[in-house]
Amino acid sequence: MTATFIHPLTGFIEKTFVITEFELRKLRHDFTELITRALQPALWLLIFGQVFARSGAMHTGNIPYLDFIAPGILAQSVLFVAIFYGINVIWERDLGIVQKFLASPTPRAALVLGKGLSAGIRSLSQMVIVYGLSLLLGVKLNWNPLALLNVLVIVILAATLFGTFSLIIACIVKTRERFMGVGQVLTMPLFFASNAIYPTTIMPGWLKTISHLNPLTYVVDALRTSMLAGSPSTFGPSLDYAVILLTTTILVFIGARLYPRLAS
Amino acid sequence: MSDIVLEIKNLTRRFGAFTAVDALTLSVNAGEVFGLLGSNGAGKTTTIKMLTTLLPPSAGEARVAGFSITTQAVGVRRAIGYVPQAVSVDGSLTGYENLLIFAKLYDLPHREQQARIAEALEFMNLTADAKRLVAEYSGGMVRRLEIAQSTLHRPKVLFLDEPTVGLDPIARDAVWKHLINMRANYGTTLFFTTHYLEEAESHCDRMAIMHLGKVAALGTSAKNSRLRLAAATH
Ligand SMILES: Nc1ncnc2c1ncn2[C@@H]1O[C@H](COP(=O)(O)OP(=O)(O)OP(=O)(O)O)[C@@H](O)[C@H]1O
Ligand SMILES: [Mg+2]
Repeated sequence: MTATFIHPLTGFIEKTFVITEFELRKLRHDFTELITRALQPALWLLIFGQVFARSGAMHTGNIPYLDFIAPGILAQSVLFVAIFYGINVIWERDLGIVQKFLASPTPRAALVLGKGLSAGIRSLSQMVIVYGLSLLLGVKLNWNPLALLNVLVIVILAATLFGTFSLIIACIVKTRERFMGVGQVLTMPLFFASNAIYPTTIMPGWLKTISHLNPLTYVVDALRTSMLAGSPSTFGPSLDYAVILLTTTILVFIGARLYPRLAS
Repeated sequence: MSDIVLEIKNLTRRFGAFTAVDALTLSVNAGEVFGLLGSNGAGKTTTIKMLTTLLPPSAGEARVAGFSITTQAVGVRRAIGYVPQAVSVDGSLTGYENLLIFAKLYDLPHREQQARIAEALEFMNLTADAKRLVAEYSGGMVRRLEIAQSTLHRPKVLFLDEPTVGLDPIARDAVWKHLINMRANYGTTLFFTTHYLEEAESHCDRMAIMHLGKVAALGTSAKNSRLRLAAATH
């Protein structure tokens, strides 16, 4: 055989990028999806955001309400897109595609992270959409290149996190119907038990506790600090990054253990 | 005596109380074309899934190209190719891309990737359609692409689960012509399943008839009367 020796870590990273590359190549013809994905953040910002901004019901300190929720809506739309990513893997399982990859020597963790990362890169479209809408609505955005880069990285990491979570759900439920059910049941609690559209300070104690266990809260916090000019971080960027990276690592590990279940 | 490339001993798989594969024992020589014949639910796919490391056995053991399916799964995976019963190429990629991703996943040396892919496309008669999306391929083209994809890394053993199901006689012959060429050129061992006695008869060196998870008959030719009888009754 022609295989040469390859260090496990190099092999893992290389294979992860191979999976990501081909997942992204599949998107070439998918322009309708891009349009439909723009709809939800538009509704939230244009309708919900405007109405609540007018009512003055939410106390968000020195930051106008629309500015406050813009990063929250970005996080939310990343969550909503990524959490349903796993349905693709159920399609591929119903054919024989997943089985063929599992019969290859590719590390399981690379199969999982490769797909998760492609969900991450796909969700950059959400960043473009939310920035466009924010500009339109006069949200005071921070255009510092480093801050923009930070938002970009957080968006990719967040979608990788929830995309991997979605793959885990797919490995457990295995059918499209159950998957859609579980996805729908999970998204709203994750969204409402976070700081996306109101600060955690106005939450009742129990909800506040839950929100601190919710990775989305840290995603929103990190996005809010970088996206807006003059919005201090609640938890600090290092804690935000640490929570996001650690959660993703744990999820990739669990996903790699569960992925072979798709073949049986 | 040729080398044994596939050695199956008491291989068993249970699903709850149901035994899908029941103490299967078989060996296959290097370069052989071996057919596993059986009706729906006989346990053919379950057997192949265990041999390709997709499903852990409940009991028993098998060695593929010298590697244990239970303790040396990665070694097995490097040595085999697998064409599942269902369609296993990606319709949203081109034929070429479906091959390229596997060339990369199997660590084919960079310099050789393009030449290997071109050769595989040529060999399977797909060169003209390489840049088309696989969603536009016919059933016969899909199967040929799947075989190209699973043999790009020159596996020692190629497992094919009902490789010709749903194909017309011409496409079926084309697939077999390519498979037989494959063995002639690379010495690939072919292990395949089928429902059709004629197909097994015309292409196999040896075959086994599987029924209710067990080998009901094993032989070199279906002209063997015991095999005929077994095939007729199961
Ligand atoms: N995951 C599973 N859980 C429970 N039972 C299963 C599972 N997989 C297979 N079986 C059962 O095991 C038996 C053998 O199935 P298998 O798919 O191996 O048959 P087969 O010979 O490939 O049939 P076919 O010709 O229809 O493809 C069947 O009765 C099937 O219902
Ligand atoms: Mg079968």
